[in-house]
Amino acid sequence: MQQKNLDGYVGFASLPNQVYRKSVKRGFEFTLMVVGESGLGKSTLINSLFLTDLYSAEYPGPSHRIKKTVEQSKVLIKEGGVQLLLTIVDTPGFGDAVDNSNCWQPIIDHIDSKFEDYLNSESRVNRRQMPDSRIHCCLYFIAPSGHGLKPLDIEFMKRLHEKVNVIPLIAKADTLTPEECQQFKKQIMREIQEHKIKIYEFPETDDEEENRLVKKIKDKLPLAVVGSNTIIEVNSKRVRGRQYPWGVAEVENSDHCDFTILRDMLIRTHMQDLKDVTNNVHYENYRSRKLAAVTYNGVDNNKAKGQLSTKSPLAQMEEERREHVAKMKKMEMEMEQVFEMKVKEKVQKLKDSEAELQRRHEQMKKNLEAQHKELEEKRRVFEEERANWETQQRLEQQKLEASRTLEKNKKKGKIF
Amino acid sequence: ISHGHGGSHSSSGGSTLLGYIGIDTIIEQMRKKTMKTGFDFNIMVVGPSGLGKSTLVNTLFKSQVSRKSAGWARDEKIPKTVEIKSVSHVIEEGGVKMKLTIVDTPGFGDQINNDNCWEPISKYINEQFEKFLKEEVNITRKKRIPDTRVHCCLYFIPPTGHCLRQLDVEFMRRLSHSVNIIPVIAKSDTMTIEERQEFKQRVRKELENNGIEFYPQKEFDDDMEDKSDNDKIRETMPFAVVGSDKEHQVNGKRVLGRKTAWGIIEVENPNHCEFAQLRDFLIRSHLQDLKEVTHNIHYETYRAKRLNDNGGLHPISSNDTQESNL
Repeated sequence: MQQKNLDGYVGFASLPNQVYRKSVKRGFEFTLMVVGESGLGKSTLINSLFLTDLYSAEYPGPSHRIKKTVEQSKVLIKEGGVQLLLTIVDTPGFGDAVDNSNCWQPIIDHIDSKFEDYLNSESRVNRRQMPDSRIHCCLYFIAPSGHGLKPLDIEFMKRLHEKVNVIPLIAKADTLTPEECQQFKKQIMREIQEHKIKIYEFPETDDEEENRLVKKIKDKLPLAVVGSNTIIEVNSKRVRGRQYPWGVAEVENSDHCDFTILRDMLIRTHMQDLKDVTNNVHYENYRSRKLAAVTYNGVDNNKAKGQLSTKSPLAQMEEERREHVAKMKKMEMEMEQVFEMKVKEKVQKLKDSEAELQRRHEQMKKNLEAQHKELEEKRRVFEEERANWETQQRLEQQKLEASRTLEKNKKKGKIF
Repeated sequence: ISHGHGGSHSSSGGSTLLGYIGIDTIIEQMRKKTMKTGFDFNIMVVGPSGLGKSTLVNTLFKSQVSRKSAGWARDEKIPKTVEIKSVSHVIEEGGVKMKLTIVDTPGFGDQINNDNCWEPISKYINEQFEKFLKEEVNITRKKRIPDTRVHCCLYFIPPTGHCLRQLDVEFMRRLSHSVNIIPVIAKSDTMTIEERQEFKQRVRKELENNGIEFYPQKEFDDDMEDKSDNDKIRETMPFAVVGSDKEHQVNGKRVLGRKTAWGIIEVENPNHCEFAQLRDFLIRSHLQDLKEVTHNIHYETYRAKRLNDNGGLHPISSNDTQESNL
């Protein structure tokens, strides 16, 4: 293809800026996995890397909680107007049992399931929402024995180097003196080459300056890191470090450990490249393997969730529509159920209150009757008394009349 | 040593002496004898590779006595099964000769599947007991039975800072009844002082919860004085140690230590780590006691079990080269 020279200023040099503005608006996602035995300082290192207390007293790290094999934590961090959705996948309990055969299997399954999710969402007709939860980078923590890799380390890295970007780290590097560290690193690199383990490779660029930086990093592989949750005063500066009786090991001092190199590489320079390699190499490997398995047999090999269909887009659309309709129907049914339940409840309530009212009505009637009877009783008593009184009155009257008649008779008698 | 009273005096209050007899010179006589014969000490180190076992042993006995220094290469491959390798040296100090045997257990806890990795070790310990038993049961016994029994087992706990691993608990549970186990926290310069204290407490609690009796065992304390001494020691165990066989200059003195970019860790400085305490405990105060507990308790337990199992041992003459009736 010919390269033509321009006669004037066209303006497409601003494309990177446009991409940049769009990306900033969209925000970024990054998923990081940490693997290693218990007690190697994984949670502490994550806190130090992102300068936030992802794991703190209120939300302790996986080692302090009930053990699950794979744990995910999400955090949204903002810096300079750029938003990063960071997902940390932790693997507590890795390599802690007496028998650790296949302890890498849950991790492999997890990585594969994320690839599968992405593959499925990529194959849909409606692709507006494509969350990328694939693992972009795996930090593998090596215990600072000073000798070499353990059989478990070798097995794990051999099984995962083709599925994810593996970056081996020497954990708790403040255990080693500088000479021991050098020897240890050489030994590890030798063993990695011997077992043909493909760790993440830093890309070559055309830029001289960058190449020099990359070469410096390559010489220091694997990076020896120290993490810390505490801030200490050293020479009136506040630094992250570990306080020993013999001195302070500073996390961000490049003479003490390679932490700054790791942070710069992981976040400041190579984050996008890690994502690209994951997308272009590891994901493509997975995808081609998966699709080849399907078309080879002609019969669908994967009956599990994530059935990849090779139908035409129209059929696919039809299927999606059916899915959607089914979902809607289900929602409708659910709502109806809920509605019915509520109606029943209300009816029951009303019945209850009706019964209550009835009862009260009965009660009041009874009261009234009782009062009525009482009154009747009183009236009867009253009548009786009146009757008595009248009888008495009559008696008195009769007596009086009798006595008058007697007196009259007496008077009459006297006159005779 | 047992002091017998004369048959005629039955009072144990002790009668006052009317003059100087010289009974107390028996201590001097014993000392002379011991110096002539020298004595054996067998120590076993157990722990996954890379925890500084060989370095610690070298530091303890201030000489290159470990297996690694006796000619094996430094970056040897991790063996596929647990091996038992022992190296012996004769070291002398102040006229006293000690035949020191270090038993190393490379491959312990290094595999992916560590099930039963304690079995070769258990077998070895029992084999030494068996050897001693056979010699004891002979009709014509050797004047001095060579003692290859393991007197002390230093178990190295990795400084994770969290708690004991399953493997640690399993091993110690199974072996605390056949050998004196002294747990140590290896490479303790990984932890700050607070982390170290917390870790120790947690480890002690876990050991207690699992019923693991490490040396010095509570049940073997002879008297109150012993008990109070040993209680103090038990409170500080497991010792958090750092080993080094390199010397550095600190304040004009030459000390054993590790030089890092932020300071020099002095191995014998009690503010830095507990190595000095371990050394004093192991060598300067309890060495003889370790041997005695091994002989009087662990060996006796083994012997009683063997006798019970077989319904009695038949002594063999030393001329008998065939298999014994054991």
